[in-house]
Amino acid sequence: MRHDHLITSKQLSRADIETILDRAAEIDADRAAVADRHAGSLLGLLFFEPSTRTKMSFETAMKRLGGDVVDMGSVESSSVKKGETLADTVRVIEGYADALVLRHPKQGAAKMASEYVDVPLLNAGDGAGHHPTQTMLDLYTIRENAGLDDLTIGIMGDLKYGRTVHSLAHALTNFDARQHFISPESLQLPREVIYDLHQEQDAQVREHETLEEILPSLDVLYVTRIQRERFPDEDEYQKVAGEYQIDEDLLEAASDDLTIMHPLPRVDEIAPEIDGTEHAAYFEQAHNGVPVRMALLDLLLSNDGGDTDE
Amino acid sequence: MSDDHDHHDGNADHELRVSKIRDGTVIDHVRGGQALNVLAILGIDGSRGEELSVGMNVPSNRFARKDIVKVEDRELSQDEVDVLSLIAPEATINIVRDYEVVEKHRVERPEVVVDVLSCPNDGCITTGNEPVTSRFEVLEDAVRCSYCGTIVREEIASLIDTA
Ligand SMILES: [Zn+2]
Repeated sequence: MRHDHLITSKQLSRADIETILDRAAEIDADRAAVADRHAGSLLGLLFFEPSTRTKMSFETAMKRLGGDVVDMGSVESSSVKKGETLADTVRVIEGYADALVLRHPKQGAAKMASEYVDVPLLNAGDGAGHHPTQTMLDLYTIRENAGLDDLTIGIMGDLKYGRTVHSLAHALTNFDARQHFISPESLQLPREVIYDLHQEQDAQVREHETLEEILPSLDVLYVTRIQRERFPDEDEYQKVAGEYQIDEDLLEAASDDLTIMHPLPRVDEIAPEIDGTEHAAYFEQAHNGVPVRMALLDLLLSNDGGDTDE
Repeated sequence: MSDDHDHHDGNADHELRVSKIRDGTVIDHVRGGQALNVLAILGIDGSRGEELSVGMNVPSNRFARKDIVKVEDRELSQDEVDVLSLIAPEATINIVRDYEVVEKHRVERPEVVVDVLSCPNDGCITTGNEPVTSRFEVLEDAVRCSYCGTIVREEIASLIDTA
């Protein structure tokens, strides 16, 4: 990888993505081979908002590479509470760690932070902005289940606020993927994302309000949660939410090979009866977070070591 | 403004206004109603004793109405001129020395504007108390925050950071 920081999926070319996914597959196939590859390295975890899973996934990945983590702890117990800026915090923690992982409630936080540090910085979610490591594990799961070329994918749910969706949509423009976006009108993709997708000349994207018309043609259906708190009243929410739930009846119309994904946590978007079917890939998707983050850390930490032969 | 006495037709008006300045800059063909935004974007508010004349909604051949701004004893830098393009894309800049127009140029859209606009997105890192300078990429018909990605098409003038 040519980059020192991973801020957004937009910075990654198809070749970059393939490098990451290939490395993740190698690691997944033989974890013992990398068990002490980064012994002595420390990863700084800076989580300005709680995200137990993402944090544990990074922690596991680093430890499985033989390294360790230093953790800023909760915001309530840190100097942030006393008014320290993010710019100061990252400059201090940079002195302790070989790489940083940042989760922050503000959009653009990772980009700004990366301007203050020399060690690699990975964006683990910046508000409604980007979440590129989630995108990498999504792509990994799609590649394992359906392949990334000649792909027809439906992305459904809260497309407006879902940063995982925005990152994924952009990354998919590197591949021969037809993207169908399915959402209530009020939760359609933001114009910034549409703008980016239209800037990519080969992007094949369409928007829909219902799933039925395109379900039979899909190889992958990526479902996200429609958040109750986005709606002014409960009735409005109920009206919308019910239309975007997946159950066995609905899947009668789907291809037998349809892969269903979800970044989790889910509420009731996918009925539990789907879990045991061949369609369900969401738990596998969550497990893939570790090898994919191991691959990313390995590439960034090795890059930092002066391995500049490409 | 002090120019009330010389409103004839657009061209004569234009000549008069330009000839009146000894040294400085005349910004002409500003869209009607944008003159105060032009001053804001340049950080000029008269408090440093600059001698200013502003003509607003004067008749023009090119637009129905135009604004014109004259700043004595100040030559605009290229950066300043570039930034003007965001709100006054048709403006012409006349640099005047000893009553003569010595340079005349059109504004050009820059690729980025730094430390001029503030992001309208409350969730953007640049709107907090971080030591970060605002930065916008200039698109064909809009500007875009380099940090949060927010695209602003209309109302760019309202984002001008006058603090
Ligand atoms: Zn912004």
